[in-house]
Amino acid sequence: MSAIAADAGAPAGHAQYLTFVLAGEEYGVDILRVQEIKGWDVPTPIPNTPDHIRGVINLRGTIVPIVDLRRRFGLPVAEYGPMTVVIVLKVHGADRQRIIGIVVDAVSDVCSVGGDELRPPPDFGGAVAVDFVRGLATVGGRMTILLDIDQLLDAVTAPAA
Amino acid sequence: MATDLSRFRQTFIDESRDGLDAMEAGLLGLERGQADADTINAIFRAAHSIKGGAGTFGFGTIAAFTHRVETLLDEVRAGSRAATAELIAALLAAVDVLRGLIDGAAAGASDDPSACVDVAARLQALLDRQPAVAGPAVPAGPADTAPAGWRIRFAPQPEMVAGGNDPVRLLRELATLGEATVVADRSRLPALEALDPEALHLAWTVTLTGPAATREAILAVFEWVEGECELDVAPLEARRDAVSPASAAPAPTAPPAAGGGGPPAPAVGRGAAAPVPGDATSLRVSTAQLDELGNLVGELVITQSMLGQIGRDFEPRRLEQLLSGLAQLERNTRELQESVMRIRMVPISFAFNRFPRMVHDISARLGKKVHLRVTGEGTELDKTVIEKIGDPLVHLVRNALDHGIEPPEERRAAGKPEEATLTLAACHRGGEIVVEIADDGRGIARERVRAKAVERGIIAADAALSDEQVLDLIWHPGFSTASEVSDLSGRGVGMDVVRRNIQALGGGVELRSREGAGTAVAIRLPLTLAILDGQLARLGAQVFVVPLVSIVESLKIDPGQLGELAGRAQVYRLRSDYIPVLRAADAFGIPASAGSAGGMLMVVESDGRRAGIVVDELLAQQQVVIKSLEANFRAVPGLSGATILGDGTVALILDVPGLIGMTHRGGDGSRHGHPRDGLAVAA
Amino acid sequence: MPSILAVDDSPSMRQMVRFTLAEGGYEVVEATDGAEALALARQRTVNLVLTDINMPNMDGITLVRELRQLPAYKGVPLLLLTTESAPEKKAEGKAAGATGWIVKPFSPEQLLATIRKVLG
Repeated sequence: MSAIAADAGAPAGHAQYLTFVLAGEEYGVDILRVQEIKGWDVPTPIPNTPDHIRGVINLRGTIVPIVDLRRRFGLPVAEYGPMTVVIVLKVHGADRQRIIGIVVDAVSDVCSVGGDELRPPPDFGGAVAVDFVRGLATVGGRMTILLDIDQLLDAVTAPAA
Repeated sequence: MATDLSRFRQTFIDESRDGLDAMEAGLLGLERGQADADTINAIFRAAHSIKGGAGTFGFGTIAAFTHRVETLLDEVRAGSRAATAELIAALLAAVDVLRGLIDGAAAGASDDPSACVDVAARLQALLDRQPAVAGPAVPAGPADTAPAGWRIRFAPQPEMVAGGNDPVRLLRELATLGEATVVADRSRLPALEALDPEALHLAWTVTLTGPAATREAILAVFEWVEGECELDVAPLEARRDAVSPASAAPAPTAPPAAGGGGPPAPAVGRGAAAPVPGDATSLRVSTAQLDELGNLVGELVITQSMLGQIGRDFEPRRLEQLLSGLAQLERNTRELQESVMRIRMVPISFAFNRFPRMVHDISARLGKKVHLRVTGEGTELDKTVIEKIGDPLVHLVRNALDHGIEPPEERRAAGKPEEATLTLAACHRGGEIVVEIADDGRGIARERVRAKAVERGIIAADAALSDEQVLDLIWHPGFSTASEVSDLSGRGVGMDVVRRNIQALGGGVELRSREGAGTAVAIRLPLTLAILDGQLARLGAQVFVVPLVSIVESLKIDPGQLGELAGRAQVYRLRSDYIPVLRAADAFGIPASAGSAGGMLMVVESDGRRAGIVVDELLAQQQVVIKSLEANFRAVPGLSGATILGDGTVALILDVPGLIGMTHRGGDGSRHGHPRDGLAVAA
Repeated sequence: MPSILAVDDSPSMRQMVRFTLAEGGYEVVEATDGAEALALARQRTVNLVLTDINMPNMDGITLVRELRQLPAYKGVPLLLLTTESAPEKKAEGKAAGATGWIVKPFSPEQLLATIRKVLG
């Protein structure tokens, strides 16, 4: 984990982010962690798991869990539509890297954010828990929430409540 | 036709290696006093096969050397020779020599008889000391005076044909030796009404001339029917007494004597030395697996030609055909890939086999008494994984022998049996393989670990560490160094390397140790390639896989036999027993389908506890490749993994023992002193 | 095509025997021990049986004895593969009903010659 914090904090360096839409808000993830983007396919549900785990899919022979980000963030649940996509991410855990898929409303863009443009998140007290947020940045005039995707791992590895 | 025998050599080499492993295991068993007929026969058979194959496939040195081994074993088998420690030691040495010779043969080196001189002499000395039952003395055959020809009288017994020997064949064969005149003697022929069509009543007199017609050649023709006929072979000039064919039976080929005075053979000890790496190069594949591959390739060819045809005269309305063809292609390809992967699965005994010998040798050298217990050696895993866990396992076993297990006096003083137990166990657990190396030795002394860590500068002298954290220090790269490694374990390789190697395979290592009681190291290996025979079943809208091995039977549900117990637990009356039922909604959170009345009850069993799983429909039975859920997700109670079905979707594999254990708590739906608990899952 | 049941627990011997006999124009059925061979023989009758002696589960001599009990195997040549010319094994085999034997080691040519001799 510490290694990741170090690389996120690289000053002055620009990092590229893949941005996407979730309940009207713009979010971004480090593009180096994006393995691929694919359309929504109904996954195989896993019993006894939290609601935000939609199930698992077969990604060229490996079993990959699919996390509904709206549900994970406690946002209103939406119907999956033709724009719904799954972003396949490489997530670093304490012991190893995992591959997970996140369901988002739509993918928007790839943008570059300098280290100095990154603002610490205010205390939202709202929808998205601060834990998931690496920082805020203004991209193309819009506020974008940059996610610390490694924190998403808990969404996958934590046993059912 | 000269057949090239070299094509069979690889098979011979592979089977000989297995045979040597079996011999070694058997000999070690004998040494422990396990002198039953099965063990001795198995050792003998292995030696016998190696000798036979070596002779056939042109490995003269191996054949000659193994002949002595086989002779000694045959005497043990016959009870005329005792399996003394000396004999066993010599035979184990012989196994080592043979391994060396087989490795040489595998490498294409020509036979080097000098490699086995010492051990051959040892075996010969044993053979000489207690001569076996004297073999048939080789009679010096009468000098062939090359007579002008032979008169042969051949009178078979009536029942000779029933034994498969056709007199016409014998006469024909005789005729190949020279000019033959055959006269039938019908004097023994009974009257027609007394004639038994399956009996032989004729006799023949053959006059045979020609240079190839020696007495030996003639007797060889009748070799198989000795005792089933009267035979008289006489030279044409002067009549001689009848000769029994037995007296001219070919002499057993005497093994070449061990060349004395050769250079001293190098010590070929294996045991503690590095294992023979040769077994990595080839893999034996069952014909069934090859047939499966062939079938899959066949399907692929059909799909390809179908697609080709669609492509040649394509029109938009054939799009659907094209898509289904492509889907079929994808399925064929995946099946082919999985089939190839499955061929790579080998039992872990390949990695375990070296340990009986190694433990035997090392403990003898250290003056320790160790009993090696091996379980789960049939557990299958990918060959590449097997190859890579070999060294870590060797390291851990050596550690246990060297550091963990105490000398007999110390064990006695501690109130333990003198003989320590070292356990090597393998099993499948939740889509992973767990290999455990456990000893009942002295355990790891925490304060010594701590002191050493301070000395090495890994931790500060005043660091506050929990027991567990202290134990963790053992994995630290700087912890063990070559300077304090004994001649046996380590060789400068620390536990950190062991862990790194296992982690490189995507696995993990856990260490448990209790001072005075022992140490256990559990290696977890991911099992992305493990396979399972499964029953596919539909439960609600989902397809699940149930391991065939845990299914006792499946039957159509009779709703009348389904009852409720205490308002909650469901039970099913199965003949005279009640087996408990649990709703799928509880177990899996699957929405219950309309009604289970039309469903099937799958009776499963684990640890003697039976339960039923109610499914909506039984689908195919097939081998599935187990995929880990944990690799990217986590362990889920009630599931042992997942697999990918023919259509590319994921199906979950039920963990039957886990399910039964999970819902065990007090739910007892049986009576009449047949306490059987478990669950049944109703969709 | 005459059929031959080849019984041996050694894969390399089976491989060699199968290959040689198949080249010689025979149909070859294989079994890895006596028990398997007997089960096969009960299902179909072959023209000749070629069996090793030392095998797990059921040895070759027992196999021969059992086969001779089957009506379909009366008169069918049953050949033993023996490693040495130990007379007692041959005698034992004959007493059990064996037709004859082939002494190991043998070359493919010797094998084929013997089989041709027996099957004509």
